Amino acid sequence: MSSGTSTSESVVVPATARPTSKIASRRQRWGYVYVAPFAIVFAVFLVLPLGYALWMSLHNKGIATAGRNVFVGTDNYVKAFTDPVFLEGLWRVLRFVLVMVPVQILVALVAALLLDTLATRLSRVSRLLIFVPYAIPAVIGALMWGFLYSPRFGPAQDLFGLVGLTAPNFLSSANIFGSLVNIVTWQWVGYYMIIIYAALRSIDPSIYEAAVLDGADRRQIALRIKVPMISSSMVMIVVFALIGTLQFFTEPQVLRSSAMGAIPTDYTPNMYAFATAFNYSQFNYASTLAFSLGFLVFVGSYLFLFLTRKQSGLK
Amino acid sequence: MRTSARRRGVAAAAAMAVSAVGLTACSGGGGGAAEATCTNEIKQPDATQVTVWAWYPSFETIVDHFNETHTDLQVCWTNAGQGADEYNKFQTAIEAGTGAPDVIMLEAEVIPTFTILDSLVDLSEYGAGELESDYTPGSWSDVSNGDAVYAIPVDGGPMGMLYRADIFEEYGVDVPTTWDEFATAAQDLRDAGFEGHITDFPTNGNALNYALFAQNGWEPFQYDTAKPTEIGINVDSPEAEEVLGYWKGLIDDDLVATEDAFTTDYNAALVDGTYAVYLAAAWGPGYLQGLSEADADAEWRAAPLPQWDPENPVQVNWGGSTFAVTTQSEQPEAAATVAKELFNTEEAWKLGVEEAALWPQWKPMLESDWFTQREAPFFGGQKINEEVFLDAANGYEGFSFSPFQVYAYDQQTQALYDMVEKDTDAGTALSTVQDGLVRYATEQGFTVTE
Repeated sequence: MSSGTSTSESVVVPATARPTSKIASRRQRWGYVYVAPFAIVFAVFLVLPLGYALWMSLHNKGIATAGRNVFVGTDNYVKAFTDPVFLEGLWRVLRFVLVMVPVQILVALVAALLLDTLATRLSRVSRLLIFVPYAIPAVIGALMWGFLYSPRFGPAQDLFGLVGLTAPNFLSSANIFGSLVNIVTWQWVGYYMIIIYAALRSIDPSIYEAAVLDGADRRQIALRIKVPMISSSMVMIVVFALIGTLQFFTEPQVLRSSAMGAIPTDYTPNMYAFATAFNYSQFNYASTLAFSLGFLVFVGSYLFLFLTRKQSGLK
Repeated sequence: MRTSARRRGVAAAAAMAVSAVGLTACSGGGGGAAEATCTNEIKQPDATQVTVWAWYPSFETIVDHFNETHTDLQVCWTNAGQGADEYNKFQTAIEAGTGAPDVIMLEAEVIPTFTILDSLVDLSEYGAGELESDYTPGSWSDVSNGDAVYAIPVDGGPMGMLYRADIFEEYGVDVPTTWDEFATAAQDLRDAGFEGHITDFPTNGNALNYALFAQNGWEPFQYDTAKPTEIGINVDSPEAEEVLGYWKGLIDDDLVATEDAFTTDYNAALVDGTYAVYLAAAWGPGYLQGLSEADADAEWRAAPLPQWDPENPVQVNWGGSTFAVTTQSEQPEAAATVAKELFNTEEAWKLGVEEAALWPQWKPMLESDWFTQREAPFFGGQKINEEVFLDAANGYEGFSFSPFQVYAYDQQTQALYDMVEKDTDAGTALSTVQDGLVRYATEQGFTVTE
């Protein structure tokens, strides 16, 4: 906050007229020293690679054009936003957003509200159990689900067989969408639940007492008091889920090894960028795809934060 | 000769080394020999070191053999991943301009993919041309172009048909020798009560599907590395449509399964009696023996691949690998020597055959009595090399792959999957691939002829 005010002042006051004492300038110098470790890492591992990727995305190098990088301006971006494969991938992750984000948030919210109300040992154990999948690395989780979905090794056939049914093929192109939603929900619900739960614990209990005195029942307390009071946390986890889903990569990439037909290399925009770079050696176009996706994620998150500025307290 | 106990120890050490490399794979590479970390032990610390990427099973025994028999050169070996994993790393190293090894194991099918990136050294400068007579004509054709030699052949995958003699016997069905008989046998097995499928036609079979099409005279690509920007694409040809239509018919009648290849489910199905036939390359027997959940009563036998025209049999190849020297190598001559000499002694090849189940393209081994007369215990003592795979290896004439083979495979996998799932016909699948590849090649700056 204070740094923001000081810069706005310096804009008003002409630089020559600013009283610069020796102490202040020395203090500023020390400030740079403190910032340096972060600034160097930030520049070397984020700003420079981003700059290089931007440079690459503005150039082109076909396999058959003898390895020369040619400046093409925004041609690659025009190509990306008219590339049916990229657009189809975008539409697919958008559908994942529409299904996966509400499901995750709803399950996490219900779990957190229940755990917040209960104070038994069972609730502590449940809290841990719901959180455990988040502690499993995404790759391991996806591999594990790959086995659970397997028609031959998975338990589905046995379970359905008990009631005389045939198990669906979870890895067929018709069912893969739901199978992926299930994996991601399983993995992330615990994390979102913990955030919501922490927000719920920080609410002053005297508010509940007041509500009870006014005749509110538990359901009303949950929906009319708790949920509105944690809306800023809710906005935050929706942004997390939104960004994560738009960048969907790990789970379909891992599951692809057992469902190559149902999950093509260009299933999501991120997978398409990965394959374009590392399988087809077109690093320029891959940079364009990555930048385009990054831009859309930025716009999407900004738009969401703008629309929910009242709930999140960012107004 | 080594004792078997020693060999087991070596194999275990190799396995541990491989898993250790897996953990540090990201930091692997290092073109300069000095800073390279090797999986194997260097026997002559003062000798020139050549870095090698390869993923052969039990490769450490071969490397040790090389290092023990060479005083001026030492191999420093890293397993940088199998197939696509290694190619991804190599492609990244090419783009970065640093990080590739001196010598790299490549499957023959990706050689054009890397020659067009100017990343492989023409080994004819280092006397590779003189070696032509040491290798089978098909394998040499796959690594060379005119006088240029881009890699040294190592192992191959001549194709044959592995089948469950017990299943054919139980249901009283004759083992097919032509594709017509194969279709009849598929129906006969079903009619006689066999609950599995005669075989699997995996939509992600890539090189397997290429080999099956090629057997009918399919030549999808006309590509000459001397004119790297010109390519002929003829994927959608009557020959391919005939083969694909044949399989589509069997799939529609539910006589052939369409499970993805190389998954755990598929591996189990290969050996548990779900399929009566495994259309396989010469490395297939080794692959089968490594699978678990096998049917204990299985009686495997090998036979030649069924033919379209038994009067004019055509032999095809699935897989096979080579050693190439990268242009990032600062010591191409030493690297070329390593590429040429890793597998050019009978002793090295005995290790390769016994421990890694490799199929030699090196003629002195291929034609030796020791190799041709080997009896395969897994096949009831059948001399499968002599009876089946030797003819296939000698009959193979080579195949021209595209300089964007990974893309071409991915497109084919998608089109074949759609053909099976969305029930389109063979012609549609092939024309989809054709159009996709022509568009892609044009975008990449090729002059395309159809």
